[in-house]
Amino acid sequence: MSKDKFIKLVSASVPVPNENIDTDQIIPARFLKATTREGFGENLFRDWRYDSNNNPIKDFALNNSSYSGKILVAGKNFGCGSSREHAAWAIYDYGFRVVVSSFFADIFKNNALNNAVLPVVVSDSFLKKLLETIQSNPNTQVSIDLENQKIGYDNQSENFEINPYKKECLINGYDDIDYLLNLNKEVREFDLAHS
Amino acid sequence: MFIDRHFIHEVTSPQAFDGLKKRGLHVFNIKRTTATADHNVPTKDQHLPIKEALSRHQVETLRKNCKEFGVELYDLGHPFQGIVHIIGPELGLTLPGMTIVCGDSHTSTHGAFGNIAFGIGTSEVEQVLATQCILQYKPKSMKIEITGTIGKGVVSKDIILYIISKISASGATGFFVEYAGDAIRSLSMEARMTICNMSIEMGARGGLIAPDETTFNYIKGRKFAPQGEAFDKAVIEWKALTTDTGATYDKVLSFDGSDIAPMITYGTNPGMGMKVTDRIPTVEELKEISEQTSFKKSLEYMGLKQGTQLLGKSIDYVFIGSCTNARIEDLREVASMVKGKKKAAGVEVWVVPGSKQVQEQARKEGLDKIFEAAGFELRDPGCSACLGMNEDKIPAGKYCISTSNRNFEGRQGPKSRTFLASPLSAAAAAITGKVTDVRDLIS
Repeated sequence: MSKDKFIKLVSASVPVPNENIDTDQIIPARFLKATTREGFGENLFRDWRYDSNNNPIKDFALNNSSYSGKILVAGKNFGCGSSREHAAWAIYDYGFRVVVSSFFADIFKNNALNNAVLPVVVSDSFLKKLLETIQSNPNTQVSIDLENQKIGYDNQSENFEINPYKKECLINGYDDIDYLLNLNKEVREFDLAHS
Repeated sequence: MFIDRHFIHEVTSPQAFDGLKKRGLHVFNIKRTTATADHNVPTKDQHLPIKEALSRHQVETLRKNCKEFGVELYDLGHPFQGIVHIIGPELGLTLPGMTIVCGDSHTSTHGAFGNIAFGIGTSEVEQVLATQCILQYKPKSMKIEITGTIGKGVVSKDIILYIISKISASGATGFFVEYAGDAIRSLSMEARMTICNMSIEMGARGGLIAPDETTFNYIKGRKFAPQGEAFDKAVIEWKALTTDTGATYDKVLSFDGSDIAPMITYGTNPGMGMKVTDRIPTVEELKEISEQTSFKKSLEYMGLKQGTQLLGKSIDYVFIGSCTNARIEDLREVASMVKGKKKAAGVEVWVVPGSKQVQEQARKEGLDKIFEAAGFELRDPGCSACLGMNEDKIPAGKYCISTSNRNFEGRQGPKSRTFLASPLSAAAAAITGKVTDVRDLIS
């Protein structure tokens, strides 16, 4: 299914500096009962955003009105734990298009890329400075240039890695099924020979 | 990569089937696809309609999709129903040398048979349903060797919790891990599955163990495994599935089996574990300064103090279950510990078998009677309180010693507090009502 095309983004960002943010924090299991991909954004970080009486927890970044934008900046080992793609859907549905961290869990990274959410891996030192900068000046504009694989703000910048195939998919809005369906005949032959 | 076996369940498949419908595609090969209902099913009165509307809808959607696309479903009430990673091996659907995927991160379990088995997201479930293939980057390779023998009271769950505590919750991200060494070789198939199951808890998408006679003996005679001559022929092929002598890995780690003790976690990721007799580290003892904030937050969540021991700490719940530890051997271990004893007052104990077959076998062996006499409740199969998607939730602030795989914040219910441990340690805690060194209870 074709997704949004991603080329360049300049936006303020939202800092959630915790390390090892697992997918149970991004979207708790009790919200996985939907059978569509929509609507998960309202439960993004549910138990960090709301207390047990459903009142917003004031000091959490998503409830702090000074923070806004389409970029989530998070501590290292983001997205560990469950393979639930609902985590990527929740992030997308909330309005984020980029997650910046110094380290991503593998399954989450794939899930994000399959849902037009760009995971940007930066160095520990770049991440630390970026988090400090956003926290002292929430209006800091962060630019993400996928074409040139570059992230920047103020006078800081760093290049990031991305698989060339996935980059192509994001820029053009393709997905893996389109690619694999073209190999249908060969796969069918392989399947027959191995059953 | 061509996929030999695809397991699906009610939670991560509905959107994938929707995708197929939108594109007008069929399931590529229904014979390679098996479905079951496990994640959000009740573990009481499974013969009745599911009470909770959203869960019911999700299971009904799975039924509808399986019927429409012709996929075999082991539904509630079916003698083969159970946790997806438990039923695959017990039915002989999981065989050495296969590529196996499922929309669940604990798919690494199947690696115990010498497989490339890993968890995927729903878009990838759709890919595999539509094309029987998946696009993958080649992972890095890691060998983790456990030498020597493990001591009394130490079981495979302790081995994997020990490894994760040494290398952290992200220590194997980007790798597939091969577990090797005498201590691994001597384990039963079910014990090996527990180890491979938790590979993802250190970030590895897959973990595997080379197949051997233990593997072949386990598979022999299982429902969907090759039979007779076909089996003998298969064994010859499976015997070749070992790492070449002199092969190199991107990373090699080695641990001494005799250093491993009964383990327990104290924090909110599976890397925050220790020997049950150790004390929780202090902030100053952490290797990386960047971890300090998360560490403090974690202990605050758990209601624990740095530098203290967990031994003797009162617990409220005991959960014996999950794809990590709900096989018949796990239940036997628990029964051997509690036979003739009673659970401590005020502790609630749930034993949730991994499958209908495990439940039946437990009854056949009279384990249900032992549990009943001890005040444990033997329930119907499902994922249950491992992730609290159904009614089985640990209440806010309560401590649960759990044989499952994750101690994340809120994993077992909002504000619940989880100590991960082995079935033996969990059983010991059920009897004493406290975090216990199981070695003190066995002579």
